[in-house]
Amino acid sequence: MTHVTNVETAEVVKGRSLWQDARVRFFRNKAAVASMIILILVSLFALFGGMLTPWSNEEIDWNLMGDVRTLGGPSFETKHYFGLDPLGRDLFARVVQGTQISLMIGIVGALISVVVGTLYGATAGFIGGRLDNIMMRIVDILMAIPYMFVLILLLVVFGRSIFMLFVGIGLISWLDMARIARGQTLSIKNKEFVEAAIATGVSTPKIIIRHIVPNLLGVVIVYATLLVPSMIMFESFISFLGLGVQEPLTSWGALINEGAGQMRYGTLWMLGFPLFFFLISLFAFFFFGDGLRDALDPKDR
Amino acid sequence: MNAPSPLLSVRDLKVWFDIKPKGAMPWTAPDKLKAVDGVDFDLMPGETLGIVGESGCGKSTLARAIMRMVPSEGGTVLWLGDDLLSLTKNGMRAHRKEMQMIFQDPLASLNPRMTIGQIVAEPLKTHFPNTPASEVKDRVREVLDRVGILPNMINRYPHEFSGGQCQRIGIARALIVKPQLIICDEPVSALDVSIQAQVINLLMDIQEEMGLSLIFIAHDLSVVKHISTRVMVLYLGNVVEISESDQLYRAPGHPYTQALISAVPIPDPKAHAENEVMLLDADLPSPLDPPSGCVFRTRCPLAEPVCAEIKPPLTDRGKGQQVACHVI
Repeated sequence: MTHVTNVETAEVVKGRSLWQDARVRFFRNKAAVASMIILILVSLFALFGGMLTPWSNEEIDWNLMGDVRTLGGPSFETKHYFGLDPLGRDLFARVVQGTQISLMIGIVGALISVVVGTLYGATAGFIGGRLDNIMMRIVDILMAIPYMFVLILLLVVFGRSIFMLFVGIGLISWLDMARIARGQTLSIKNKEFVEAAIATGVSTPKIIIRHIVPNLLGVVIVYATLLVPSMIMFESFISFLGLGVQEPLTSWGALINEGAGQMRYGTLWMLGFPLFFFLISLFAFFFFGDGLRDALDPKDR
Repeated sequence: MNAPSPLLSVRDLKVWFDIKPKGAMPWTAPDKLKAVDGVDFDLMPGETLGIVGESGCGKSTLARAIMRMVPSEGGTVLWLGDDLLSLTKNGMRAHRKEMQMIFQDPLASLNPRMTIGQIVAEPLKTHFPNTPASEVKDRVREVLDRVGILPNMINRYPHEFSGGQCQRIGIARALIVKPQLIICDEPVSALDVSIQAQVINLLMDIQEEMGLSLIFIAHDLSVVKHISTRVMVLYLGNVVEISESDQLYRAPGHPYTQALISAVPIPDPKAHAENEVMLLDADLPSPLDPPSGCVFRTRCPLAEPVCAEIKPPLTDRGKGQQVACHVI
């Protein structure tokens, strides 16, 4: 047994986890990497774009306010890089601020759905039986309620605020995720490593956290990245209806709404800039999600 | 083994599954699938009990019922005097460190998202949560070394190992809490023959070293013969024969056992050609609707009218052989 003594001194071999494998595959996918770069740039724009302009999102440029249609276009001279909005406010500052809100809503919605939906679905699926029935029927009932109606009621009754918008999105975003997580859990819970954990006497919460959830994450992450754009769309729709974020705050949906209203006066920059950010971000999220799915797809292994 | 008091003593163990008939209404009573239907046996310390039988005869279900991983319909499982089936969940958890299990599919029995160090350490951390991290690491290295996996591999993931290595890791996981019983559920049937021999020899070495008892489930009769002290033959959830290993292969008692033994391939073409395989008529009856009396009577070449009426009890035939048959 000479090898044993060698081994004690030998360096511990680093293993390559499935995550590392997935990362390698992801970086081979050019569209996904490009999307990731776009998303990083858009996030940087949202975080630091405000430093590039002397204007804030609520300041009105009184000099140009009277003649937005002819003088308010994008220009470096006036330092309104994206032009002005109909009220004479700097559109660049407003797009920066709208991007912050929209990304935040997308990410918060996806996070709520990942955390709540995954744990809820994994618990229901793993424990099974009557508890599973009750938990999933609750999801069915919540899904059957027309959420747009509920959200509008919420916003009307409790006043329109970003917080209420988050509450509304939080209420609905995890439902689909719970179903997906439950379905995956059902297929994982009969694997032998879960049986081994049960036979060893590992407690149920630990099995869910340690054995079920990490094996769900591949599917969950992919679904979450695809959920971000749908949350952004959802918020845009609400803002488009005029129920979302309130002035002077804004979001992509609100800006697009405003720009669309001005279209016939020929001030297309008001629609074009927010729409551009909206579109490239959504595209990037979709390709990013696609790339993740390909990278994490177990069939590739 | 002078005063043999059994480590594990199973009496009249029954596992029935509820099966909803096709098109059943929610209130119709489910059919009962009798996967294990009244099994008795004793397991002595240091002994290896082989369990054989064809697919679907309840081998794995029996093992899972002993570990309380499937609910039992009735019977007792006495483990060192405690009835495992009547313990609370926490009471059972305390006993789980004394009995461990090894599974059929080596790769599927290891969590793909954990390193093998984490996998092997899990039972230890579960049952002795206060063990210092350095000691856990030492124990993991020690036990991995024992099963022939280089301990510097602890940060690797299961998919980086071969089937035989994965099974060794599975054995290491079972050994780390120093159990008294390991239940092996077809541990080698997913491995190729040369690796099978290595894994079986490893199990036998470890058994001798640690004085373990093994319950060894397989459908490969020659593997069972190699490792077992005694062999139990199951048919449709019933024990048809329990016998000392040598005796069973030399003089099988029950007609079903005879048919099984005659079907073992002989690694010599000439001898194999001359060997007369005892073919059974018909298919395995459905465990949803087992035959009355002796469950084997529908396929038995020796069946008599009495077999349809009375279920034959296991009776002692000397030389450590117990057979459940009216005729023989």
